Amino acid sequence: MSNILIYPILLPFVTAAASLLLWRKPVLQQALSLAGAVGHLAACVAVFAVVRGGGIQALQVGHWPAPYGISLVADHLSALMLVVTGILGTATAVYARGELPAHLRAKSFHALFHVLLGGLSGAFLTGDLFNLYVWFEVMLMASFGLMTWGQRRSQFTGAVPYVVINLLATLLFLMGLALLYGLTGTLNMAHLHQKMLTHEARGLMTAIAFLFMAAFGIKAGMFPLFFWLPASYHTPPIAISALFAGMLTKVGVYALIRTFSLVFHHDIATTHGVLLVIAGLTMVTGVLGAAAQNTFRRILSFHIISQVGYMLLGLALWTPLALTGAVFYLVHHMIVKANLFLVSGLSRDISGTLDLNRMGGLYRAYPLVATLFFIPAFSLAGFPPLSGFWAKLLLIQASLQIEHYVVAAIAVAVGLMTIFSMVKIWIEAFWKPCPPSDVDVAEVSYSGWKIAPVCALALITLLIGIGAEPVYQLADTAARELMAPQAYVQAVLKGGHP
Amino acid sequence: MESALAIISGSMVAGGIFLLLSQNLVRMLFGLIMLSNAINLVIFAAGGLTHTKPALIKTGQTILHTAVANALPQALILTAIVIGFALLVFMFVLFYRSYETLGTVDTRQMPESDPEPDHGAGTTTTRLEHGP
Repeated sequence: MSNILIYPILLPFVTAAASLLLWRKPVLQQALSLAGAVGHLAACVAVFAVVRGGGIQALQVGHWPAPYGISLVADHLSALMLVVTGILGTATAVYARGELPAHLRAKSFHALFHVLLGGLSGAFLTGDLFNLYVWFEVMLMASFGLMTWGQRRSQFTGAVPYVVINLLATLLFLMGLALLYGLTGTLNMAHLHQKMLTHEARGLMTAIAFLFMAAFGIKAGMFPLFFWLPASYHTPPIAISALFAGMLTKVGVYALIRTFSLVFHHDIATTHGVLLVIAGLTMVTGVLGAAAQNTFRRILSFHIISQVGYMLLGLALWTPLALTGAVFYLVHHMIVKANLFLVSGLSRDISGTLDLNRMGGLYRAYPLVATLFFIPAFSLAGFPPLSGFWAKLLLIQASLQIEHYVVAAIAVAVGLMTIFSMVKIWIEAFWKPCPPSDVDVAEVSYSGWKIAPVCALALITLLIGIGAEPVYQLADTAARELMAPQAYVQAVLKGGHP
Repeated sequence: MESALAIISGSMVAGGIFLLLSQNLVRMLFGLIMLSNAINLVIFAAGGLTHTKPALIKTGQTILHTAVANALPQALILTAIVIGFALLVFMFVLFYRSYETLGTVDTRQMPESDPEPDHGAGTTTTRLEHGP
């Protein structure tokens, strides 16, 4: 029992409610929102520290013994995800303070933002499938509001497919849940793990597993279910799209990793075999899609898809090393991708546009912004010694280890294509001389609100790259817990096991 | 009874998907409503249909003495109905606002989302048009 697990969920909701009470006091509301984001980060770090010190933590909400009540569980994977959520939440909250004009930050913006953070934390902490569904809906509601924040025309054309396809995904998830409950009589994931060990209806279980794969696959932007993502992620304000790019698809990946290690482990050859093919296709289509784009945020959006492919690859290969790679990749990618979206905002402030044809000369005019782009971009592409290099290295090593040479070749090729895209942005936006055009390169003096979060995230990327060993150790521990879930099951069900 | 419910929810899912595939936002909305109700029926059927009493404990007693119906699927459906309703209301508003902004409910006539919206340069001049 560890009450600390409730704080990463509770704090954002308290902040959201309190910020609504301060509806008419925008300055106080803003201060409260920033304090809430920092508090959430502190709570996440506290959970992480407790998990580091004492292993897997479980909290039975309301003292209802598992599997009857709702369990909150934090293992190393959850704790790592929480810390990254806290970091990105704080970074984007600070950036939003610099980006959005006061009238767009007033009223309910902060409430939606913190509800989203609370929903994310809940999804990472819950040990119950129906509860996971509820957290998904909480996130969705908040993200729908944020997706259309500002209400420009393009946001509606992006939001309509986003809303419809995400609703469809949650409905599929709910249907899978219902059938799973019908077959096993439980929705507690640890309890499901035990039931699966002895369940006879394996064919039906595999069918349900694919329902879950489709539902979480839509969320994660998996091939061929990703079309909503590049249609919508470039439309909202920068801070919001950075938070979405860093977190939302990764919740889908997290849910896939969680369910396909803890629950659906009965037929690894089928489920993970299909996942392997999908992962390869996701990587390739994402990176090819990016090559065809010519605007900053759309290239980045397509790269989310190809990177999700790498993470799925780690899950699909199903060896300890591959899972370690997947967890490492998740941590690295969330920070780098959110940062790239934030940098795209900095460059838009200078050029007035994100159309690469009309950009240029940023390196000469703003070397600092160029450096801040360089670090996450080439980390994404996998340059040593940045964080992306280690993540890719682990995954390629894992696929070579079990002699999946084709997969390793695809991973290397997609990495090369990623370099191509990043170099394209680098040359077009930063290196080539500024094209004579209708948009003036404005004299911009950056407020610390915008520069600070970008610098902080770039620094974290550097630290993960240079000090890869501790992060590797953490990812390795997380992967071991996932491969052998007995400790997880024990932590949840100890005591009142029926 | 189970097979009847299975057929009903199956045809509702089919109808919902058919409506979702149309180009009209209003029909898509109806499709999603149908789908979410179909899935509530699936939860109901998957929970096991039995002809027994509701799970009520008589006054003065602390535990149940007779076999009763499983109350959990009903709780799940209630939660799902509430959440589904909230989402549908949001979607209704979103579709209405996008009809107001874009002037059409036909998804084929909606403009391709702009490649990348340009904003004014600099923090001070960042413009986001406000809806009408």
